Amino acid sequence: MKRDAHATVVALAVLTLVLGLAYPLAVTGVGQVAFHDAANGSQLTVDGRTVGSRLLGQGFRATRYFHSRPSQTDWNPSATAFSNAGPNGADTRAAIAARAAAYLRLEGRYDSGLTRAAIPPDAVQTSGSGVDPHITVANARIQARRVAQVRGLPLARVDRLVDEHTDGRGLGLFGEPGVNVLELNVALDQETAR
Amino acid sequence: MTGQTLAPPQHDPSAAPGEPGRDGPRRRARSLLEPAILTTALLDALRKLDPRRMVRNPVMFVVEVGALLTTLVWAVQALGGEIAGAGDDPAWYTLTVAVWLWLTAIFGNFAEAIAEGRGRAQAATLRAMRRETLATLRDGGAKPAGELLLGDVVVVAAGETIPGDGTVIAGIASVDESAITGESAPVIREAGGDRSAVTGGTQVLSDEIVVEITQRPGESFLDRMIALVEGASRRKTPNEIALGILLAGLTLIFLVVVVTLRPFAGYAGTATSIATLVSLLVALIPTTIGALLSAIGIAGMDRLVRRNVLALSGRAVEASGDVDVLLLDKTGTITLGNRQAAEFVPMPGVSERELAEAAQLASLADETPEGRSIVVLAKERLGIRGRELAGLDARFVPFTAQTRMSGVDLGGVSVRKGAGDAIERWIEAAGGTAPPALTTAIERIARDGGTPLAVARDDRALGVIHLKDVVKDGMRQRFDHLRAMGIRTVMVTGDNPLTAAKIAREAGVDDFLAEATPEAKLALIREHQAGGRMVAMTGDGTNDAPALAQADVGVAMNSGTHAAREAGNMVDLDSDPTKLIEIVEVGKQLLITRGALTTFSIANDVAKYFAILPAIFAASYAASGDETATGPLDALDVMDLGSPRSAIVSAIVFNALVIPLLVPLALRGVRFRPLGATALLRRNLLVYGLGGLIAPFVGIKLVDLVVHNLLGA
Amino acid sequence: MTTAQGWLQVGLFCALLTALTPLLGAYMHKVFRGDAILASSAGRVERGFYRILRVDPGEEQDWKAYARSVLVVSLGSWLLLYLILRTQGIHPFNPAGFSSGPADLSFNTASSFVSNTNWQFYAGETTLSNFSQMAGLAVQNFVSAAVGIAVAIAVIRGFSNRSLSTLGCFWVDFTRALLYVLLPIAFALALLFVSQGVVQSLAPARAFTSLEGAEQAIALGPVASQEAIKLLGTNGGGFFNVNSAMPFENPSGLVNVVQMLAILAIPAGLTATFGRMVGNRRQGWMIYGAMFAFFAAAVAIVYAAEAHGSPAQHLAGIAGGNLEGKETRFGMPGTSLFAVVTTVASCGAVNAAMESLTGIGGAIPMANMMTGEVIFGGVGSGLYSMLMFVILAVFVAGLMVGRTPELLGKKIGAREVKLTMIGTLAAPLLALVATAAAIASGHGLRSIHNGGPQGFSETLYAYVSQANNNGSAFAGYTGFVQPNAPGNAGAFGLTFADLLGGGAMLAGRFLPLVAVLAIAGALAGRTAHPDGPGTLRTDTATFGALTIGTILLVALLTFVPALLLGPVVQGLTDRMFR
Repeated sequence: MKRDAHATVVALAVLTLVLGLAYPLAVTGVGQVAFHDAANGSQLTVDGRTVGSRLLGQGFRATRYFHSRPSQTDWNPSATAFSNAGPNGADTRAAIAARAAAYLRLEGRYDSGLTRAAIPPDAVQTSGSGVDPHITVANARIQARRVAQVRGLPLARVDRLVDEHTDGRGLGLFGEPGVNVLELNVALDQETAR
Repeated sequence: MTGQTLAPPQHDPSAAPGEPGRDGPRRRARSLLEPAILTTALLDALRKLDPRRMVRNPVMFVVEVGALLTTLVWAVQALGGEIAGAGDDPAWYTLTVAVWLWLTAIFGNFAEAIAEGRGRAQAATLRAMRRETLATLRDGGAKPAGELLLGDVVVVAAGETIPGDGTVIAGIASVDESAITGESAPVIREAGGDRSAVTGGTQVLSDEIVVEITQRPGESFLDRMIALVEGASRRKTPNEIALGILLAGLTLIFLVVVVTLRPFAGYAGTATSIATLVSLLVALIPTTIGALLSAIGIAGMDRLVRRNVLALSGRAVEASGDVDVLLLDKTGTITLGNRQAAEFVPMPGVSERELAEAAQLASLADETPEGRSIVVLAKERLGIRGRELAGLDARFVPFTAQTRMSGVDLGGVSVRKGAGDAIERWIEAAGGTAPPALTTAIERIARDGGTPLAVARDDRALGVIHLKDVVKDGMRQRFDHLRAMGIRTVMVTGDNPLTAAKIAREAGVDDFLAEATPEAKLALIREHQAGGRMVAMTGDGTNDAPALAQADVGVAMNSGTHAAREAGNMVDLDSDPTKLIEIVEVGKQLLITRGALTTFSIANDVAKYFAILPAIFAASYAASGDETATGPLDALDVMDLGSPRSAIVSAIVFNALVIPLLVPLALRGVRFRPLGATALLRRNLLVYGLGGLIAPFVGIKLVDLVVHNLLGA
Repeated sequence: MTTAQGWLQVGLFCALLTALTPLLGAYMHKVFRGDAILASSAGRVERGFYRILRVDPGEEQDWKAYARSVLVVSLGSWLLLYLILRTQGIHPFNPAGFSSGPADLSFNTASSFVSNTNWQFYAGETTLSNFSQMAGLAVQNFVSAAVGIAVAIAVIRGFSNRSLSTLGCFWVDFTRALLYVLLPIAFALALLFVSQGVVQSLAPARAFTSLEGAEQAIALGPVASQEAIKLLGTNGGGFFNVNSAMPFENPSGLVNVVQMLAILAIPAGLTATFGRMVGNRRQGWMIYGAMFAFFAAAVAIVYAAEAHGSPAQHLAGIAGGNLEGKETRFGMPGTSLFAVVTTVASCGAVNAAMESLTGIGGAIPMANMMTGEVIFGGVGSGLYSMLMFVILAVFVAGLMVGRTPELLGKKIGAREVKLTMIGTLAAPLLALVATAAAIASGHGLRSIHNGGPQGFSETLYAYVSQANNNGSAFAGYTGFVQPNAPGNAGAFGLTFADLLGGGAMLAGRFLPLVAVLAIAGALAGRTAHPDGPGTLRTDTATFGALTIGTILLVALLTFVPALLLGPVVQGLTDRMFR
């Protein structure tokens, strides 16, 4: 008992230093040197100004931008939370219906053939993190008509930008392709500015 | 170690082991369900409802408490009172549930009572034997048999009943032991040697013996036997205790499941009544095995007794199912008790007939089986007729341990037969010399595993008789059977390794121990045990006692000495060493039956859930406003049962009925098949696991058809 | 709709896991036999550690001594962590100036991390300072995992030791688990994660103005280092509140697969270690196979259910899969796999909102935990809990072949059965009783977020998860109320939920742990019965099927009524609840 107590005290002291301090510091040290950009949040800079992280979705409301997925937290990366909307929740249904209506209202103006059944689910269901950087390609294709018209760009040009900013599956196998909204919108701004 | 019964049981090797009726007279074969036993059992079943008794079986105790609780609820309902636990149940429903719960408990008790009843019926026959006799003490005087003390010495004359278990210390008598063994032929009991033990209650037929009592009052063999078959002295076996814990654990968890279900259902706005919750509980807890557990144990013991084996503890019976290694005496077990003459080997210049005639002459007065077999061989091979010694002027010279030969002196001619070196010495003493061919022949026979017996007339060696061990018919099949059960057989013999190896090969045993001494036997058993194996052995002699005691399962022959009977943990009344096969099967059956019914019992729960839970939750989360609407969980009513109440009643009716339906199986035991463990498991899983999964779906549906359509519930 | 590509992902993941198992299993076998390492120069660190602990590495402990060491180190850890949480306000590395935790919440959190549960009533980035995360939680992520592995190794020795009646030395197993298994693999994983975009920085959050002019901040922290051990140690407590759904924790489909492999690697590998240590690799594969069968079935069901979509979205006129609470980059297969991986292993990390899964999709993760976390399970605890179910299966099976039941040649008697019942029934009993207490008393209702059966599911999930040391949640269920004020001013814990959950976690961890050590102690030193034709082989498919059946019947039958009232009722209806 006494021996165990001694060993516990010493072990916890040593382990707190090694695992609690040395280990994260070592990972930080190597990470900061070897993968500086990734370790610091994959920041995206435009003209030397940080406009966000490639990995974090942002809220876009302007019609000239592609819109991110709905967020429970107003796209706040510092206080993430789930919507915790249940699959059989009356609130869930109402929220989805409201978002679908808004989506239809907005995008329907530029695409008269758009129906409710054709709305991609990612456009009306909140993401897990609230800062999902991606939307599905189907979602982007619908929004592309709006963005192209608002910006006065040919649809094909916008579609090409969408393709360019679509992150494929990991190793071509794992996960789902997604369009990086922030990168795409930055690229659009640059395209328009040119 | 050569004690034998006078009338060795006749084996019919064609009959499969384990089937009743194989070993000569059978003990009181009885149909499974005899009316007289049933009536008594029914009464016993009610008497056993005493909660102080029921509490020993947690599963069935829960059933009884549930029944009591439901009955109370019904009583209040019947008296027109209001009780929260009744919910909106009609009184008839509560009563139906209560009645079937009581029946469940009674059926369980009934199963146990039948098993006990069958044992008791046997005990009654035994008890009838235990007449109060007056024992004549050797020192004069007499006392009632029941008051005999350890160490008392009594005299039993022809026609008298032996007053208690003991050892014959003087005299020889033929004894009728049929009361215990069911064997009608009398047996010889004599002082000294391996046939000295007598059992109280048996009868002396001829002569007179002096017996030293070796039992304490009330602890005679007969007493123990009665107690065993009655189940009075039944202690739970290790596996039974372990299984009991498993069942109690399951009962506990299901108790919690049901108790917590009430608030869970309440959250969903669903009311649950006591009758329904208790029904669910009783349906879920393993009542089938819980009810039949003790019946299985009692019946197992009973099956052994039916095979004329007395186990001194249930633990030993269970252990016999685990046996890995079986030690068997060669003599009397594997081979016929005696060697038999198989060949005459004459010396050069001697004809076979001359040798055979001399040998026959030397054996005429030799009443040993070996001697007789020489006479028979002489007649069969060379047609030499038997002669009457009495008419001739013959003097018979018996075998002694000093001379190690026997023979006859006939009109100046001396004929001797005996061990090679003894005969050689005899020839030399008579002035002759033994030819080298004699030594060669003797060595050859010994090498072949036989026993050479030299024959000489006066100073001339005539030749050698080849005596052979004869393996009993059907031994190979029996050993194959044991091997299929996973048991290795080891033959134990005093022979030299050469001889032993030959017989071992012939008999088909897996291994042998040659030149065995009691110490060597003990060492062999310990060695196996140290390797984690369970050892069984059969024996009868006093020198077997240490090994019998050391073995995990020691089966003493009833014909053996008192020491052997005390050392072993089972006694075979038929004194049949291969009885172990049946003992092992009974042991295995016992465990298989328990395992199979446990699996069946638990697998049943799935169907019961499908019957009861949709019934309880039929209206949960139904669209509001509509009283008759069913909720989403009604979709789980895959059996499409008549109504929620009919579903619940059907489930507990099925649960109760399955107990008496399985009583015959519990009493008979699930058959053991020597398939190899994995195949056996697969088979039993299919029958009792899958069967247990499916059977209640069918059963509950059938009961529901009756309950709902005929009775209108 | 499920897609062929989705099933391919599932299949590939299964193949990778199966391939990884024998490799890691062999490595851990070598580590815990370890005397060669100890003697070599690589063992210098290990030897030095024993010296300062004043532990003799050659010492052998019986089960009681072993259990005592486990309990003492766990108690010490608990006290230390509780202290750190309660005094957070005065520690360094607290850039956001968070205040100290309240007693009830700290009790829950300390119990959570010491029991390898990592249930989070707290919200990582809005309550805990970097110091608490690193010196408190991250250390326990390692320590509780190492304790689990050590106990598993000790239990295996109980099966394999034939002459020794001891189980080895806790301090040695503990040290080796940390030094040779957890730390190096975590370090490599952490760097891999950083390279893929998981953040690792001690700098404060980086403020920026979004394209549309919103003032926001990129939250930085030592995420990757914690992420690696969070997964590897089946801990599950993330740096961010949304755990592995947060791109900074789990930035891509590729990392997602690596994370899932990291969760299952050690629990799966230990089955192979077991096979090697008891000298029967088939036995290890049998256990792996039984676990894998459950796993594969669970993934298939969840994937199909989620791809089918939720009633709420269907009624709102939206076709397609249920993406509520899911991230685009993982999609249906990546999320379904993760939900199953994290619940079969007692990890509890999530890459989506469990609460937003469909009725059936949510029932399966619950059922996974309800097995007692034996489908791979927690590091160490998964194997030793599974072994208890194997004992139960072998007991019933042994009877059915007509022998006194034995496992690996060792007889299973009344004592082992009793301890096994304690070990296997503790968690389900705790979960049921705690859920009932929370449902029946008004106190528990305060924690519920959604109404109807969903609220019941939240409660059930919460206590099943805590009693089984999983840590994932239907996150609507709360034990901590947090107004959005600086420094967490005005935040308070829900005492009832915090204490009930904390108690369930501690009992759910240590009751089975001590019971299984006692079983190992009883088996160690017992002569093993050699195999014969009559002995039941426990390394066959037949026995594997029986093991699966035993788990299904014993563990799951317990929860069927509760499951019906929660997720299943939702899965069977298109009705909406408030």
